[in-house]
Amino acid sequence: MPDALAAANVLDRQITRRSRLLTLPALLVIGVFGVLPLLIIVVYSFLAPAPYGGVEWHFSTEAYVSFLFQEDIFDGTLSFVPDFLLIYLRSLIYAVVTTIVCLFLGFPTAYFMATRPPRQRGFWVLLITIPFWSNLLIRTLAIMMIIRDQGILNGIMIDLGLIKQPVVMLYTDGAIVLGLLYSYLPFMVLPLYSSLEKLDFRLVEAGFDLYATRWQVLRRIIIPLAKPGIIAGSLLVFIPALGAYVAPLILGGGRHLMIGELIAQQFGTSRNWPLGAAQAIILMAGVMVALFFYVRNTGGKVQHG
Amino acid sequence: MKTKILALTATAVLALSCSAALADGELHIYNWGDYTNPKLIEKFQKQFNVKVSLDDYDSNETMLAKVRAGNSGYDIVVPSDYTVKIMIDEGLLEKTEPNTMPNFKNMDPRFVDVYWDSGRHYSVPWQFGTTSFSVNTDKYKGPMDTLGVLYNPPEELRGRINMLDDINSVIHGAERYLGFPRCTSDKAQLKQVNDLLEKAKPFWRTFSYDTNVKITSGDVDVTQTWNGMGYRIREKSPAIKFAFTKEIMEAWMDNVSVLKGAKNLENAKLFQNFMMDPENAALASDFARYDNGIAGSHKFLPPEFGNAPEINPPASVKTEFVPPCPPEVLKVYNQIWTNLRK
Amino acid sequence: MAEALARKGLDLKHQPGFHAIAVICLLLLYAPILVLAVLSFNSGDDLVHFSGLSTQWYGKALANEGFHAAATNTLIISVTSMILSTAVATAAALGTTRTRAWRGQGAAFMVINLPLMVPEIITAVATLSFFSLLASLANINFGIGNLILAHTVFCIPFAYMPIRARLEDMDVTLENAAADLYATPWRAFRRVTLPLLMPGITAGAALAFIVSFDDFTITQLVAGPGQTTLPLFIWSQIRRPITPELNAMCSILLGISILFVLASYLIARKRA
Repeated sequence: MPDALAAANVLDRQITRRSRLLTLPALLVIGVFGVLPLLIIVVYSFLAPAPYGGVEWHFSTEAYVSFLFQEDIFDGTLSFVPDFLLIYLRSLIYAVVTTIVCLFLGFPTAYFMATRPPRQRGFWVLLITIPFWSNLLIRTLAIMMIIRDQGILNGIMIDLGLIKQPVVMLYTDGAIVLGLLYSYLPFMVLPLYSSLEKLDFRLVEAGFDLYATRWQVLRRIIIPLAKPGIIAGSLLVFIPALGAYVAPLILGGGRHLMIGELIAQQFGTSRNWPLGAAQAIILMAGVMVALFFYVRNTGGKVQHG
Repeated sequence: MKTKILALTATAVLALSCSAALADGELHIYNWGDYTNPKLIEKFQKQFNVKVSLDDYDSNETMLAKVRAGNSGYDIVVPSDYTVKIMIDEGLLEKTEPNTMPNFKNMDPRFVDVYWDSGRHYSVPWQFGTTSFSVNTDKYKGPMDTLGVLYNPPEELRGRINMLDDINSVIHGAERYLGFPRCTSDKAQLKQVNDLLEKAKPFWRTFSYDTNVKITSGDVDVTQTWNGMGYRIREKSPAIKFAFTKEIMEAWMDNVSVLKGAKNLENAKLFQNFMMDPENAALASDFARYDNGIAGSHKFLPPEFGNAPEINPPASVKTEFVPPCPPEVLKVYNQIWTNLRK
Repeated sequence: MAEALARKGLDLKHQPGFHAIAVICLLLLYAPILVLAVLSFNSGDDLVHFSGLSTQWYGKALANEGFHAAATNTLIISVTSMILSTAVATAAALGTTRTRAWRGQGAAFMVINLPLMVPEIITAVATLSFFSLLASLANINFGIGNLILAHTVFCIPFAYMPIRARLEDMDVTLENAAADLYATPWRAFRRVTLPLLMPGITAGAALAFIVSFDDFTITQLVAGPGQTTLPLFIWSQIRRPITPELNAMCSILLGISILFVLASYLIARKRA
């Protein structure tokens, strides 16, 4: 008995060592070329801005303070200014809406792809990814051509007599979500597909055997089994969408700032690098908290076959 | 047969390497996008046997960030007026003394003693322009000689205006309209600027640098823009005209400057001198359609452009170059800007 | 029971509406591409009004040197980053999923996903500062390697997620069976795990490539002289009065990618 236990322990340690080794390259690359540069940013956030951009090397928490409090133009008193919070909230809402829409569009699409005959599946994956091999910028411009006031869609609808005046589609909130959708849809579909493709349809069959309706089979068997894919896809859409820059700027018209552009501005004409750094740190802190809960729920479980 | 091929290959390789050795070095230029005439580069390459590489940036700040970080690899940059001043103050530019170069005699005397480089010890003019707005005269027939079109628009233009995504152009414009000094630090005046902008925001459809497409595609009927772009817009849609306002107008100039520690210093100086030649300046202007700071270049421009109203403003028009605002004022500007764009 | 269902013609995989949504999705995705392609044949130089058919823009695009240079750079950078990041991500996924939990695994997961969470402009400024420091303090400059490394970093989480999702679903019994048959871990990996993992790996690699191919902000700040990539090139062209030449360039790129992938797909099918 003790021998078996000792042998099991040795095996465990071997497995653990191997897991560590496997993860090492990723950690090294990201550690050196991702984390170290980020530390520079953290340092920047605690410095003072130089008058014309860049930083001045003395300690200051002004950046974090000015995230919430600013001096009133008139009397110089420090008061709570919700401007930045508003911008963060707005980006959050856009990101959530985008993720939900991506899920509603992406799940059926991924399911459809995963249920094609095996020989066809590769073809469908191709079909879905090809549009994303064209540059995002150009695609965004093409979308503008389609939905602008004097664009293709309005042109067709007016010609068909469906409407008299052009429908305003460009520079609206919907346009921004559309832009985000076009940027991130494959990030939802591909992980979902990867997960659904492995779905064991015998379980689905079992459900039908038990007289479940299609809706019940979907809700209680398929979706829970696809959960890893759903979560992976949602994360891959939600997080980048929070900090998205180009598509919302072009399709939204720039009337309402989002986080990506706000931070970019600090490094640009606003000449306040520490504030930009602080805003980014605050954003990342929020996301890390959310991710932390994800890890707690799914990380490291050994699945029994 | 084999030996023939071998000999041919050998000669080819030799020829190639020889031509590379013959080249008098390289020059790495970092300029605004869509701003450099390829014919100009070709001419320079042929004349001096220098291999030129050209990369572009879309804002002074992007270029500054790269240059400040160091070791950018570039020899020549083309900053705007206020950026040249910042770079000189921070010791980022090489003191090449263009005022001693042979072509200096061609400089337009108006642009020798400028606030960012008085006497021209560091930089040479590339192109300059004015900022105002273009109006689609098919859609709007009213007066267009005042900034009121932008900041207090008439009924039919409300919601049909594009403003530049530029803190200086928008806020300085408001100051000009209200008759306040540029970079004012008077709190009461700043508050009025803030209020004016807040009131005007609902009338503005977009904030963007893509002024050409926005107005020619019909998304807006008025757009804040620069005179060279105004010319190109009018080329495409003759009804869209560039406005000259009775309020003083913003002028800016981009300047060819050499980075400190540039590897190809001699070629960079050659390029600065090259750009002070009227014919070459005209080549540069003809591409992006902006005027240049070299006297006598206009006779080399094609007549429709050379005589265009965009670069030949009526005599009553006043323009000004605007130095960067002091940090305390910029702080308030940022607050106003965030409040406006939130 | 299954036979009974089959006899009734009931497809147990069918979910109502899914087919329709998938088709709508595809149409939505292809609409801009079609517009682009059609306008690239426009004989007029406008992007708003269609004047007639012409292939002149393709000639111009193919002759455009800036386009060549940018396309070459982009291919080098994106393909290399894709390979590096997918390889590294696969190893990391294997090490963090479905295995015995090890200390620091949570932290490792956070680190791997860190690049995902950082706004692009921040990564751009940070990476620029980092490489400049490296160059000035230690005289280390990898040339285009700087860009490749920067791209690899943010590609890793995109490759990692689909692979991990796939792993979590995989049937452990197959690998246990291999072990029972005295296969070494390496053989079990190569002949059981890896083939099963393939859809995840290809999904991850595709994502990594797309992400690197489209990147603008980071490349803009980190690229050195002569390292202009396609997104940078296109961005600079956009300021000009846009002509269908840009559309033609895009279509050419698309065409090349399609041909390339189609070729590899057909080859794979022949072998199978």
